[in-house]
Formats: sequence, structure tokens, C-alpha cells
Amino acid sequence: MPSLPGEDAGPQNVPAIEVSNLRKSYDGKPAVRNLNFSVARGDIVALLGGNGAGKTTTIAMLLGVLIPTAGEIRVLGTDMRRNRHAVLPRMNFSSPYVGMPARLSVEENLIVYANLYGLRKVKDRVRAMAEELNLQDLLKTPLGKLSAGQKTRASLAKSLINEPELLLLDEPTASLDPDTADWVRSYFKAYRDRTGATILLASHNMTEVERICSDVMMMKDGRIADQGTPAELITRFGRQNLEEVFLDIARSPTAAFPNVEAVP
Amino acid sequence: MTGGVAQRIWGMVLRNAFVLRKSWPRLLDLAYWPTFQLLLWGFLSTFLLTNSSWIAQASGVLISAVLLWDVLFRSNLGLSLTFLEEMWARNLGQLFISPLRPIEMIAALMVISFIRTLISVTPAAFLAMPFFGVWVFDLGIGLAAFFFNLLAMGWAVGLLVSGLILRLGLGAENLCWFVIFLIAPITGIYYPVSVLPEWLQPLSWVLPSTYVFEGMRAVLFEKVFHWDLFFGAVGLNIVYLAVCGGVFLYMFRVAREKGLLLQQGE
Repeated sequence: MPSLPGEDAGPQNVPAIEVSNLRKSYDGKPAVRNLNFSVARGDIVALLGGNGAGKTTTIAMLLGVLIPTAGEIRVLGTDMRRNRHAVLPRMNFSSPYVGMPARLSVEENLIVYANLYGLRKVKDRVRAMAEELNLQDLLKTPLGKLSAGQKTRASLAKSLINEPELLLLDEPTASLDPDTADWVRSYFKAYRDRTGATILLASHNMTEVERICSDVMMMKDGRIADQGTPAELITRFGRQNLEEVFLDIARSPTAAFPNVEAVP
Repeated sequence: MTGGVAQRIWGMVLRNAFVLRKSWPRLLDLAYWPTFQLLLWGFLSTFLLTNSSWIAQASGVLISAVLLWDVLFRSNLGLSLTFLEEMWARNLGQLFISPLRPIEMIAALMVISFIRTLISVTPAAFLAMPFFGVWVFDLGIGLAAFFFNLLAMGWAVGLLVSGLILRLGLGAENLCWFVIFLIAPITGIYYPVSVLPEWLQPLSWVLPSTYVFEGMRAVLFEKVFHWDLFFGAVGLNIVYLAVCGGVFLYMFRVAREKGLLLQQGE
């Protein structure tokens, strides 16, 4: 793991995310089965998988808005089940599928969330975020009147308002044009390089993952079917790119993958 | 970056203040119904003054009842609609991945409900004087006692309703309006509890609002503030707030177990 800005001794040495024996069932139907993984500080890691593979469920449990059926989650060294409010100020989340109040302007939304995250000098922080994400001209515009790309930038500003040490993203570039998507990816990388933050993203976009992620976890039927660097996975499956690996995993029976843990 | 409970509650209050300050139709809507009710019942009681010996003993009785009922109704709506707005905006997920705790959300909802109730009933309270010669502030210390008891009961009902909507989804949003009306016929708003059939009266006396409306009539007819009625309302409100707050927190936990927080919306 390369040493990154912000990494030093003490609690910084514990992984950003540690998940052990994590399970989630809805009315007896398993959605996530016995997940075990950890994400080192400063990494950008992708959670890949088809629809219903368990990516969003996993992210929701990491955020503490979904209670696991069993297992343990430690985020930045803190047990999420017992003490999630201690660590929530240090993490954040963005998804095009989770809204913010559409009637409030971009500025009002950011002021509200800056207060919820307990920031000092709220207006200065909002101004800084607007500058960083090129939102100055949109600050007074209601969120509901923004284009998809502008909304993504506003949502990103909200997710970075507290300068999180751990950023969770659910399909961050869905429905964006290639230019905006490219800008967003570059921004994530620059943010990680500048702050040493850890980023875990769920995505269907293989090009995106190959470009910015150091590690990939392939999920299928609520399990991790395989994991490694994009290059390792491509080599292991004898394919040209990550998309072909994704299709191999998605279209084959789960038992075909030796790395899948034998769980009921 | 170490803001505390007060800042998070303030953040939620701001979120609603931003909505209210830019929407005059919303502000108008808040004040419109209480004023409309006041005028309707005010003219009715003016008519009854000359035709009913009971009303004639205290000319402000119906008007005061209308205004106090609106405190209860608006307090309930102020809390439950504010919560519903977060569901309509699909914002619950965002709120609860922030450090905001459910108990802080409840506190914020109460503050917002208080503000919305004041905006709703204040114009009607002042209009009662020029239109009907009724100055509700003549109720004296009783007015504050009645107001805060009804406010608290509205919060309790609003918390219960919000918890149920969180669990059942937006298909149940009409609960906001009709749950509070379930109690209207039996809580003695416009008539004494003694008017109800005997078998129904015990049910009426388990409602804090019944103590308030009976207390209001005692002030207007007997010029006496009944402390026993006041403490009866306070005691029941404490129980109602504890139970309904507990139901809300339980439903919140169920929502976290079932993954409802990230899925809510139309």
C-alpha cells in the first residue's frame, strides 16, 4: 500500500473499513452472505456486481442506515453497530438515487448539511466547496432546477462538505455525459491524493473502475466472487478488460469461482 | 468540526425555514385555515349569542375553542408534515448518514412545529378582537397552559403518525390529517364532556386535550383556573410523549432493519 498524505502512526494505521462475517437477510432471503474484506486507508476500491448482487446493501450497512443480520463492521477503527455516531462525522456518501430537498437552493442545502456535520465557519466552507466544484453561479438555484450533471456536482459538494476520511459512492457517474463523468473521476482522484481519504464506490462502469481504482471486489449473489487489482483480475480470467471479467462472473454459476467462500 | 446537538437541530430548523421563507403560498396556507375557521365559528357564535343562554354566559367560548383546537391540529400537522417533507424529498437517507441522531430529529421537528403553529394561529387570535370583540389573551395564564399542553399533545400524535408513515410508506400519508380528527368528537372541544354518552366519557378523559377544553370553559364560565385539570393534562402529555416518542424510535429502528431509509420516496 503506498503511503499517502494524512497517513501516520496511531489510529491512522487501522484499515478504513473492516468487515467480518457480514450478513443481511430480508424475511429470511439472504441479500449479503458472509462478507469478509478490508479496505486500507487511502485506497480507491470498487464494489462491482450486477443488479441485486448486494453492492448497495453493503454500502447501506457501512453507512449505518441498514442494520446487519449478523457480522461486524468497523469504520476508521470504530464499531458501527455500537458507536456509529462517533464516526459518522468523518465519513460521507453520494448517490444519484438518494435525494436532497429540491426546493432548497444549492447554497441552502450545503448550509443545512454543514450544520448537520457540525462545521465551524459554515459560509466560508460552503463558498470554498462551491469554488472547488465550480458551483458559484448555481448557489442560488433550487436543486430541482439543475441538470443531471449539475446535480451530481451539488451532491458531490454535500458529500465532501465535511472533508470525509471515508467517502462512499453509489454509481457516482450514472446518467452523466462522458465529459462530466470524466471530470468527476478526475476530481475523486485529486481529492484522494490531496487528503489521503479512502473511497469505496459501487459502479457498473468498468472503464471508470479500471481508471481510478486500485482494487476491485466482484460481488455476485451477495458474496465476493473474486477480488484483486483490475490487472490481476483481467489476467486471472484471461480476458482483455474488466468488462469481460464482469460478464464471465455475472453469467457463470457462483460455484465456478474458487474464491467464493463456502457459506450456506 | 465538533459542532454539537444544538447545531444539528439548528441545521434541521434552517432546512425548514428556507422552505417557508421563500414560499408565500405555504405561509398563507398556514394562516388561512385557522382564520377561515375563526370567521365561520365566530359568526355562528354571534348568532347563537342571541339564541342560546349557554353561549350568552361566555361569548368567547366557541371562538376560544376554535383557536385552541387549531393549536392542537397545527401542532400535529407541523410535526408530521415536516417529517413527510423529508420523505417526499427522499432526504431521510442523507439525513441519517449524517451525525444527526433520531432524538435530535424529534427535537428539531418539535421546534419547527412550534414555529408553524405560532404562524398559523397568531393572525386568527388577533382577528378575533376586531371581528367579534373576543380577546383570547383574557384567558390569562391559562392561555399559555392550554397552548403548551395542546402543543405537546399535537407533538405526541405527530410522532405516532410519523412513525407509522415511516414504517408503512407514503401510501399512509393521509394519517397526518385523519388521526387527529378521530379524537375531535370525543374531546369536548365545543361542548362539555357531560354531553357525551356516559360510556364514552372515560375514553374522553384519557385525552389530555379534554382537560384543556374543560379547563378553558371553567376559566370562561366560572372565572377559575382549575389546577387539577392542568396537572391532569400535563401528566397525560408526559405519558403520551414518552409512548409516541418510543413508537417513533422503534419504527426508526425497524426502518433501519428493513432498509427503508434509503428507499423512501414517491
